[in-house]
Amino acid sequence: MWFPRLASERALRLWPCEGPFALVHRAANAEHLHCLSPQAEARGLHRGMSLPDARAMCPGLVTRPADLPREMAFLRMLARWAGRYSPWTARDGSDGVVADITGAAHLFGGEAALIADAVARLGRSGLTVRAAIADTRGAAHALARHGGGIAAPGATRAALGRLPLSALRIDSETVAGLHRLGLRRIADLADLPRAPLGRRFGAGLLLRLDQALGTQPEPLSPEAEAPHFGVRMTLPEPIGLVSDVMAGLDRLLDRLSDRLAAAGQGARRLRLELGRVDRSTVLAEIGLARPMRDARRIAALFRPTVEDIDAGFGIDLMRLTVTQAEPLAARQVSAGGEVAGDRLSDLVSRLGNRLGFEAIQRFAPAESHIPERSFLTLPAAHAEAAPWPAASDTPERPVLLFRPEPLVPLAPSAAEPPARFRWRRMELTKARARGPERIAPEWWFDDPAWRSGLRDYWKVETREGWRLWLFHTPQNPDWYAHGTFA
Amino acid sequence: MSAAATAFPPLLPHRVHEVCGPGAHGFAVIQAALHKGGPVLWIGARHAPERLFPPGLVPVLDPSRLIAVETRSETDLLWATEEGLRAGPLALVVACPDKPLSLTAGRRLQLAAEAGRTTGLLLVRMGAGSNAAETRWQAAPLFQDAGGQEWSLVKNKRGAHGTWIVRWDAKARSLHVVSASGERAGLAPLAL
Repeated sequence: MWFPRLASERALRLWPCEGPFALVHRAANAEHLHCLSPQAEARGLHRGMSLPDARAMCPGLVTRPADLPREMAFLRMLARWAGRYSPWTARDGSDGVVADITGAAHLFGGEAALIADAVARLGRSGLTVRAAIADTRGAAHALARHGGGIAAPGATRAALGRLPLSALRIDSETVAGLHRLGLRRIADLADLPRAPLGRRFGAGLLLRLDQALGTQPEPLSPEAEAPHFGVRMTLPEPIGLVSDVMAGLDRLLDRLSDRLAAAGQGARRLRLELGRVDRSTVLAEIGLARPMRDARRIAALFRPTVEDIDAGFGIDLMRLTVTQAEPLAARQVSAGGEVAGDRLSDLVSRLGNRLGFEAIQRFAPAESHIPERSFLTLPAAHAEAAPWPAASDTPERPVLLFRPEPLVPLAPSAAEPPARFRWRRMELTKARARGPERIAPEWWFDDPAWRSGLRDYWKVETREGWRLWLFHTPQNPDWYAHGTFA
Repeated sequence: MSAAATAFPPLLPHRVHEVCGPGAHGFAVIQAALHKGGPVLWIGARHAPERLFPPGLVPVLDPSRLIAVETRSETDLLWATEEGLRAGPLALVVACPDKPLSLTAGRRLQLAAEAGRTTGLLLVRMGAGSNAAETRWQAAPLFQDAGGQEWSLVKNKRGAHGTWIVRWDAKARSLHVVSASGERAGLAPLAL
């Protein structure tokens, strides 16, 4: 089955629009038409045309950006849908689905009836499809893209003979080379001696030809289903108490953790759907600081969200799904039954579910002399503790850092820090100053804070007790405070 | 007071303490280094102008022990502090609230600290302490003595007040208590 306008029809199913329509894909810094509606094709537009040319030819063209990953997912869904005709289905390139219907066609009243059924069903959902049935996968691919139809068993060679060479899934250079030799149809190629052909155009051409004609096998390899971790429970009577929901959740989690353990996976995000009797649904979603499948600990993390849920007239359906899973090997459990670090990761999960996981941070060292860039802030849920260099290797640095705050010098100063200055509405007197330490901006990063050029850093102790990290910008004379020492 | 100066009291474990003054952050970092055996949770408001600067902590505290939490509101900050205290695996929970704590909030934190057997430390503004705190410290760097800090115990539920002059020894990674200021040898002259 070939979907000549899969991408644009998918987009039109979501947002219908009248008139010529095209999806635009941006590649190599230029926008090209990726997929067109029939109206747009009728105006003389074609695939791969640049967007300005298309706009000149058809000013009323409606365009949207193409979304390749979604198209792939849509095609995967179509391949699953094709499972109604045969259990053995797969994607074929970026715009086709292939199914091995050996021994299955009679269930639908024969091959012609099967094709008619598929085309009618897909047509009702707004998809254009060209379908073909042949003895081999290569022949079906070629036939579908050139008119469709059914090649009778054993008549593959006759059915393919009249088709152009490009139907053979070979690259355009080979096709052009064969055209130069005067070979235009598959029948021309099939009768030639094979050895010179292989020497000239490589084994790939012969392989594709043999696969189309059935002398080389080309089995279908259906995609493995992505593992799905979901469990559900329907209740005969609606429930409303938090303790009842938690008891139900415990049962679901027991089943889910068995399933996760069998697959060697741990949950990273979980979603609990609670169906109410009036057919509305409430969602509770939690994230975990590390993959896990311990039912008791996950239930404890669900409790605060479950307590906030409005049960309405009662809950009679519970469904628990793992929306994100990660591999998790079985671990040695210590004598106390608790693995070290579990309580810490539970704490990070609890904090992260309320405050957001990006708000829980760990620090890692980074290679830079610029103070703001000399460390990395990483989310604690995804980063382990990183080792820091020993104290003797690092220059003295303040404990707190803030955005540079301008100082008001109350005494004349040149390169040395002023004897008296005002900072945060406090008048401070310099007691001792050490420096300067010159830090040059990293010219390969354009940092707006460093546009004022070099900085001479001073450690200044004041009589009022504050120990400040001041800097002077000699290229643009000014004084700033950047941090405080302990 | 000179007799008391030699014995510096550690923070009473499993209670919540407070510290204020210009050296409050230095006090908290040194206390975090003294509380070994687990990570340190450092909770601050997202809108605060100052941020911890991990490279500056290296001589005192290994920054890999730190877990920093940024909260959007005061309620979240108190909730996170309570959760951290109650959880148990942390060595110390440091929080920087914006507003003075009510007695109820302070008491809740004390109960959480006892339940989780974790010590807490709040960095409060000058004069904004809570009545529920076990002790309140006032910390200020000493300008006469480079690296020296003056730590005064201004509130103590079960003990006397006092003032200590301390300095951190980065090499030995330990806290030195200096005797009363008059007796110190090698006092750096004022450079003005």
